[in-house]
Amino acid sequence: MSLAFWTCAILLPVAVFCGRLLAWKQFPGKALVEAAIALPLVLPPTVLGFYLLIGMGATSTIGQFYYSLTGHHLVFTFDGLLVASVIFNLPFAIQPMQRAFEAIPVNIREAAWCCGLSRFQALWRIELPLAWPGVASALALTFAHTLGEFGVVLMVGGNIEGETRTIAISIYDRVQAFDNQSAGVMSAFLLLFSLLAIGLVYRLSYRQRRHDY
Amino acid sequence: MTTSGVKLKLNQQRPFQLDVEIECRAGELLALVGPSGSGKSTILRTIAGLQKPESGYIHSEDEVWLDSRSGIHVSTQERQVGFVFQDYALFPHLTALQNITIALSYLAPGSRAAEARNLLERVNLKGLEDRLPDNLSGGQRQRVALARALARKPKILLLDEPFSAVDKVTRKKLQQELAVLRRTIRIPILLVTHDLEEASILADRLYVLHKGQTLQNGKPSDVQRYPRNALVARLLGHNNIFRATVEGHYPEQGKSRICWGELILEVELNEAFAVGSEVDWVIHPAHLVMHRRGRPSQGERENPVKGRVKELLDLGETVIVSLKLKEDETTYLAFTVSSHSARRNQLCVDAEVSVSLLAEGIHLMPRR
Repeated sequence: MSLAFWTCAILLPVAVFCGRLLAWKQFPGKALVEAAIALPLVLPPTVLGFYLLIGMGATSTIGQFYYSLTGHHLVFTFDGLLVASVIFNLPFAIQPMQRAFEAIPVNIREAAWCCGLSRFQALWRIELPLAWPGVASALALTFAHTLGEFGVVLMVGGNIEGETRTIAISIYDRVQAFDNQSAGVMSAFLLLFSLLAIGLVYRLSYRQRRHDY
Repeated sequence: MTTSGVKLKLNQQRPFQLDVEIECRAGELLALVGPSGSGKSTILRTIAGLQKPESGYIHSEDEVWLDSRSGIHVSTQERQVGFVFQDYALFPHLTALQNITIALSYLAPGSRAAEARNLLERVNLKGLEDRLPDNLSGGQRQRVALARALARKPKILLLDEPFSAVDKVTRKKLQQELAVLRRTIRIPILLVTHDLEEASILADRLYVLHKGQTLQNGKPSDVQRYPRNALVARLLGHNNIFRATVEGHYPEQGKSRICWGELILEVELNEAFAVGSEVDWVIHPAHLVMHRRGRPSQGERENPVKGRVKELLDLGETVIVSLKLKEDETTYLAFTVSSHSARRNQLCVDAEVSVSLLAEGIHLMPRR
């Protein structure tokens, strides 16, 4: 839960920025950037986990830099898991927001500027209120996906109680220990939560379509 | 440079060519007309700072909004322009009142709502303050957009085809309201339209644009009556554009004569064109007079032309007649008569008709 919360908190501003940029700006290599963001959707979690493990490991540049900064390693810690979680959730956060910003006509933003609103005011008072179904969808998807992610978490975080053990890992752990009752309760919770999150996403997307400008 | 109004010169090659110089005085309404892609909307967007030309300047009163030589490009937010977009671009999540209040940030928060109500009242929308744009008619949305554009106390009002998204009856009403409103605001107003009738009704001056260049500007009636060349005439919707040769000038009669195929037409004296030179000429349908059957009159001697009716288009109160000339069957003249007159003269397809081309209505233009 804590991992899902912090992942959402970090990804919210990142995805708003990237979503707007991808929705409205044309730049060389845009297709490549979009493809890179979408990669976690198609890559096996173990592949992504492997690269993150290597990239953030104790001997890697990033790992050493982080160690010099904080005094502890990235892999098999909550911090490392959070970095991995942010990366594998990029498409779930950015894509719904990108679609939501794309749905806002350019002249609505221009009208806001003509009204004297700065770019930040236009974002805050016009764009975000219009794009909020997409923003909420993105957060719901990210939250649910983080709770359910298994492969990347196991690769990068391992299974350290109180540090990197997520619900999905706990279920696996309990099944290995023949504790089917605990595994069942946690599975039911994940099932129910995921259903609610996806239901919310669909409901919001209907709302977005009704408000097609 | 100080100017009471706006003065601009814009130049660019890409994404399409633009080379215009426009001046609009305070209180003046200037219409930009031309086909799609002629650069009309680009000019408005550039004035608003939404687009940047390769070079040029925009001076508004004592402010410089753009000067490519000095590297000045003032942001849209700082330009104080009122912009009514073609589809109004109202903020769909805000009420009519909030749509206007949001443009009043220069006022103290406590006085914004009152000012917004005043503006809504000014555009005859009192009582609709709490409606969302979705719950307003096209005409009401246009009024909210206009009120929002005026809310900033703009130094220039830019109207991008503001009447194109409403029905004909609403359009007439909104045009009348704009005609009244403009008397109360002493700022330059630029109106982009493809509707010449609208431009003629509302504008003090007309700019005819084509491929990013100004072909002609002047009073709407003058531009309509005296197009500079055949292209302008075509863009202004003239159908009766023909080619002729100057036959001679007769100052003592105050006339010139042109050869149009086998016909010799008398026109008002115009010695600007050398005898023997080729000219284009145009005649407005209003200067084509149909001869009444069985009731000859003096006017029938003036450039009489005979033909056969090729087509009749009944528009209710008027009928547009397309006449195939007797002397040259590949040439057609178009003119309008009242339905009443068409009935009285038993106009029908293939009927023989003679018309007079009034000399005062024939306008000669240089060949391009």
